[in-house]
Amino acid sequence: MTATTRDRTRHTTRHTTRQTTRTTGRYVLLVLMGLLFVSPLLFMLVTSFKTSTEASAVPPTWVPHPFTTQAYTSILGADGTPVLRWFVNSMIAGIANSALVVATAALAAYPLARMEFRGKRFVFGAIVATLFVPPVILIIPNYLIVGQLKWLDTLVAVIVPTAAGAFGVFFLRQFFLQLPLELEEAARLDGASTFQIFTRVVLPLSKPALVTLALLAFLTNWNDFLWPVYVLFSPEAQTLPAGLSTLQSANNVRYDLLMAGAVIASLPVVLLYAVAQRFIIEGVSRSGLKG
Amino acid sequence: MPTSLASGAAAPGGEASADTDLDAPPRLPRGPRGAGAAPWLFLSPYLVLFVGFVIAPAIYGFWISLHDYDYTLPGKPFVGAENYQKLLSPDSVTFAPFWQSMKATGIFTLSSVPLLLVVPLAVALLMNSRFRGRNLFRSLYFAPYVLGVAVVAVLWRFLLDANIGLVNQVLGSVGLPDDIAWLTSTPAAWVALVSVTVWWTLGFNSVIYLAGLQDIPAELYEAAKVDGANAWQRFWAVTIPGMRPVLSFVTMVTIIASANMFGQSYLMTRGGPGTETRTAIYFIADTGLRSFQMGDAAAMSYVLTLVLMLLSVGVFMLFREKESA
Repeated sequence: MTATTRDRTRHTTRHTTRQTTRTTGRYVLLVLMGLLFVSPLLFMLVTSFKTSTEASAVPPTWVPHPFTTQAYTSILGADGTPVLRWFVNSMIAGIANSALVVATAALAAYPLARMEFRGKRFVFGAIVATLFVPPVILIIPNYLIVGQLKWLDTLVAVIVPTAAGAFGVFFLRQFFLQLPLELEEAARLDGASTFQIFTRVVLPLSKPALVTLALLAFLTNWNDFLWPVYVLFSPEAQTLPAGLSTLQSANNVRYDLLMAGAVIASLPVVLLYAVAQRFIIEGVSRSGLKG
Repeated sequence: MPTSLASGAAAPGGEASADTDLDAPPRLPRGPRGAGAAPWLFLSPYLVLFVGFVIAPAIYGFWISLHDYDYTLPGKPFVGAENYQKLLSPDSVTFAPFWQSMKATGIFTLSSVPLLLVVPLAVALLMNSRFRGRNLFRSLYFAPYVLGVAVVAVLWRFLLDANIGLVNQVLGSVGLPDDIAWLTSTPAAWVALVSVTVWWTLGFNSVIYLAGLQDIPAELYEAAKVDGANAWQRFWAVTIPGMRPVLSFVTMVTIIASANMFGQSYLMTRGGPGTETRTAIYFIADTGLRSFQMGDAAAMSYVLTLVLMLLSVGVFMLFREKESA
């Protein structure tokens, strides 16, 4: 395929016209597909700045007239749908869950990658096996366990149980295995303890993987839907996705309000994606390679 | 091995203790492989979570499924396999709605999985060369996935609104029917749910495929070219075999994701029309966590899991067989 690029720059080839047609064809296809992905998102944003009448207008408008932030101001502090509160809840849950996932997964992945001990194969086998266990089996019993712990309808319910997922351990173990052993051995010779090697040699070398895992964990937690819908029932306790469901039930066809809510729920992850998409996309793409 | 325990638990930031210095030389090759309690100290925080919220509930769930477990009632009598028998006897009250929901999951999985395997592969192939703006397009296609199911479903319920939705208006403007009840009639609702899911997760599978494509050595393509293979032949002789592990991973992950479809149906169709698009996981969650019939729900979740496991084994065998052929 690099040949295609080279040919394109060298305008003397016979195939120039054919190549140009092919390149143009590709771009047309890519742009059309891009529109398919972007225009719904753009329409969501535009609608959130409309009046409720204009939001349901036929034919639809792409420029709000008048431009209003009324939808936002009316949902941010509304009774029964406290969107601002949900935003704060989602932030707390996302950050806490992400920190818990990274800390526990990094600690667990290190011995699985670097130490020999009895039971290692069994533990790793059990962790990997659960990667393919459908989460549906855990919903009912975990609801009861969380109930026993008095966590129902509190943020702890969406922070702690979901941190037990096997992905982080698996992901970081793969990364640790690829690190050169020499640095750790050198530190050992200098008299560093296992824990010091872990915190001063391994973790600093693993920054990209740790950042990637932290981002993926945050995104997963921010977007999680089924579990929060059932374990967070009072409006003040909800996270944004569960809250959107409440908002939709309360304002069935007030599309201005619903789109404003959807924009608020998208904002942090879109910003995160804009800043750190390299990590996010790489993290996702790497998850397939060792499957 | 008390010393390795001590070093394993050494306070972060603390200097290397004297005894570590002392026994380092004679045990020089112990390297990072020194065992004892250290590995378990590292593992313990995660294992507490893992045992508490994965292993224990998986067993506890089975125990629940053997009881008439109503959350709201004090007595939870042991009933043996009764909850399972109910799912198999047509005259029980749970039989019809459960299998209706399994059918909904089946319809959704069968129609979404092929699309989610093929379309992203085509997109990945289109992206698998150097051209200007490649990363931009890749980011755009991946973007919906970042948003999560709640935003995506709330947005598309608006766009698919039969009267004022953008989709029907666009269809109308090009002379197609503009009054399709996307969310309240079948098969339109299935088309809507599947399309929205493809829109939402296409980028995810594409990115995994793209990484797989880039791992195939260019020499293989060159060699095939020298042998006179055309693009189509190269695809079947080089791309597909080279992608086998990635394909089996994506197939497995996509089947499991589709079989767990919940948010789209919950937010876009409310399981309707009637209960036609109420998926198995939706029905299980409602039975267990809204009606609190937890014994029934737990039994259902085991049946669904069993079906999914068998399916996964089937997929695994399929790809393995091809590998040895």
